[in-house]
Amino acid sequence: MIQREDERRVNETGTAVRADPLADSDPFVIAGETFGSRLIMGTGGAPSMRTLEDALVASGTRLTTVAMRRVDPSVQGSVLDVLRRRDITVLPNTAGCFTAGEAVLTAKLAREALGTSWVKLEVIADERTLLPDPIELVDAAEQLVDNGFIVLPYTNDDPVLARRLEQIGCAAVMPLGSPIGSGLGIRNPHNIELIVEQAGVPVVLDAGIGTASDAALAMELGCDAVLLATAVTRAQAPARMAAAMRHAVEAGRLARLAGRIPKRRYAQASSPWQGLSTA
Amino acid sequence: MKVIVNGDPREVPEDATVASVVGDVTSATTGIAVALNDEVVRRAEWTATPLREADRLEVLTAVQGG
Repeated sequence: MIQREDERRVNETGTAVRADPLADSDPFVIAGETFGSRLIMGTGGAPSMRTLEDALVASGTRLTTVAMRRVDPSVQGSVLDVLRRRDITVLPNTAGCFTAGEAVLTAKLAREALGTSWVKLEVIADERTLLPDPIELVDAAEQLVDNGFIVLPYTNDDPVLARRLEQIGCAAVMPLGSPIGSGLGIRNPHNIELIVEQAGVPVVLDAGIGTASDAALAMELGCDAVLLATAVTRAQAPARMAAAMRHAVEAGRLARLAGRIPKRRYAQASSPWQGLSTA
Repeated sequence: MKVIVNGDPREVPEDATVASVVGDVTSATTGIAVALNDEVVRRAEWTATPLREADRLEVLTAVQGG
């Protein structure tokens, strides 16, 4: 497994790897902003605002997505109130957009409504797979970067597309593990590794996480963070699963920094052969 | 005159502005953004932006998602 330069430096100095992997020694930085958690949460799918709030707190997240939709006067309480109360940074998305034009307009509306130029850029191809449309995605990313947005694109697990998005000026790349809400985990770990190897911006594994081991694997593969929603909000006990994800992301990050042992074909004794009683 | 607000036809006074229609749709004063015929109208411009027959107004806010 090839590690990136920043991680190698942390390992060689030795002192940088401490008991708390998310402390000052290992900050998670996107576009110059430091976040105290490598777990980015979505808010869709929670049965109630109370359940959502409990889950967000248990997850330890510091950055959380919302969608932009037509106002509905019958809706009581706002997800924005929850995020404000918990001092969690809001990350608007462009979910539901099928074209670059729709996504750019949605991002501009989000900037106006929420006062942030950060956007999780999502341009999907069809409702059945919710897979990103790469042509529209690149078009929208270029327009938004030109308009001064901090663009975090939800992308296919395609190393070439990820590289193009970085070259355009995106602040991170967010490849899917598998389709949104599918819980199928990481279907192509090799591609995720390739994306991580070449990336000069943070890599966030976005979509497809089903359970804690999926999140840990993403971090072990070298991703800088994980973005998930459904795995927590539609779990039987959302707050408990949120805590599991928090631990998984931290465990996976620690394992990545620690450097795993190589896989071997045969056993390697962990107890010494010397001094074995032959009586 | 008739305009389209969030996809639904709505009868509004001849002197209607973006601000007056937004006020009809929601009591919220923050976290709201408006597009008039697919162009963002900044909040500072709402009161000075009159509506015309058949205009399409979208009034959006943040909801759970992603």
